[in-house]
Formats: sequence, structure tokens, C-alpha cells
Amino acid sequence: MIAELVIFIILGTVAVATGVAVILSKNPVHAVLFLVINFFSVAMFYLVLSAQFVAFLQILVYAGAIMVLFLFVVMLLNLTGAIESVQDKLPAQKWVGLALGIALLLEAGVVTAAGVFRQVPAAPPPSPNFGTSAPVGVKLFFDYLLPFEVTSVLLLIAIVGSIVLARRRTY
Amino acid sequence: MLPAHYYLMLSAVLFTTGTLGVLIRRNPIIMFMSIELMLNAANLAFITFSRYQRSLDGHIFVFIIMTVAAAEVAVGLGIIISIFRTRTDINIDDLNIMKG
Repeated sequence: MIAELVIFIILGTVAVATGVAVILSKNPVHAVLFLVINFFSVAMFYLVLSAQFVAFLQILVYAGAIMVLFLFVVMLLNLTGAIESVQDKLPAQKWVGLALGIALLLEAGVVTAAGVFRQVPAAPPPSPNFGTSAPVGVKLFFDYLLPFEVTSVLLLIAIVGSIVLARRRTY
Repeated sequence: MLPAHYYLMLSAVLFTTGTLGVLIRRNPIIMFMSIELMLNAANLAFITFSRYQRSLDGHIFVFIIMTVAAAEVAVGLGIIISIFRTRTDINIDDLNIMKG
């Protein structure tokens, strides 16, 4: 219990600090790297919550593939900083956004801390292979076969869409 | 095992961070990363409930959300690059050509 609390506090601090650093950093490359650290700490949370398969999927797909794509585009476009210093069309937007964000945080905090989520029963110890690839795969290919196939169609559409967007306009 | 609302609170904080990023930043790439933050916060909540209910359905949801995020990033970054080809800056406030 104490060990888990210590792990939670350390990982939670890392996750929140890197999340804030993502939205505050001027240089997009730094933001990408902070986001990678954030994804790693969330993957550690998945391991604590005995979701091993999803944790490694998180590291492979998110921290690996998606963030490499981000880094590639950031370095391709080379837009360090200069964008936002031009002129702000809606200067009040930042402050209104900040106020609304704090309101959202308070609302979510009150609902989470005081509401029905406090009555979620303490978790029974999971079976030893809970969250490993075998039971997740069985669930995926039996109970959720149709959503899985629809996912492949979605990926196909995304491939076609990005090829169409990236093509040179020669017509 | 910690109570579930610890993890749910952390998920709420991460989600709010992502929302703030979309609201206060004007750089479309940073806004995209904030959307990824929000998706991750939702995934954390899914995994938390999945663990506390001892059901694997949340893991499947996270799997599908990751697929949707990958597709979204591929298409979105393609759109950003093709915008950047025709104009040199990509301040999100200047992209109002589709405004009615």
C-alpha cells in the first residue's frame, strides 16, 4: 500500500509536470519530447494497474510510432516559436480559456472525489494472467471481432486520406 | 491497491491539461499533442475501471482508441503539411477560409 502510494506520487508528478510542460514549451521539439516522457509514465501506470499488454502497446505505438511522426513533421516544417509571436487575433481567448480550464478541473475534481467513484469497491486481486496478451487477444477476436474489423477499415481510410493529402497537385 | 479515485483524479488532471493546451495555444502541432494528452487521460480512466471491475473490456476500448489516434495523427499532420505548402505560417486563427 505504502509502496504503491509512493510509486503513484512519483509517477503522477512526472506525468502532470510533463503534461504541463507540453502545453507551455515554446519549442515544439521540446513539447514532443516531454510528451514522450508523459506517455512512458502513463505506460508505467498501466503496468501498476496490471494491463501489461496495453502498457507495451502504449510504448510501441504511442511513444514509438506516433511521436516519431510528430517529430518528423515538426522538423520538416521547422516552425520553432515564430508562429505565436506574430499577433493575437483574440487576446482575451487565453484568459477565458484558462478560466474555463480551471472550472473544468474543479468540476471533474468534485465529481471524482465526492461522487459515486468513491464507492468503487476495492479491487480483488487479479488472476495471474489478467491483462496479458492471451486473454486480451481472446476477448478481441471473439467478443469484439466486428469492431476490430471496422478498425482495419478505418486504418485503410486513413492511409488513402494521407496519400491523397500528401500527393503533388499535378492536375 | 489504492482507491480508484486516485487514478481517476490523475486522469482528470491530465485531461484538463490537454483541454487547456487546445484552448490557449495557437500552434496546430501543439494543439494536436494536447488532443493526444486528452486521449491518454481517457485511456487511463478506462484501464482503471477495467482493473477495478476485473473486466478486460476496457483494454479493448484502449486498443481501439489507440488506432483512432494513429489514424487521426496521420491525416491531421498531412493536412498541416499541405496547408504549410500554400502559406508560410500556420497560425490557427488565420485559417478561416471555410468560415461561412
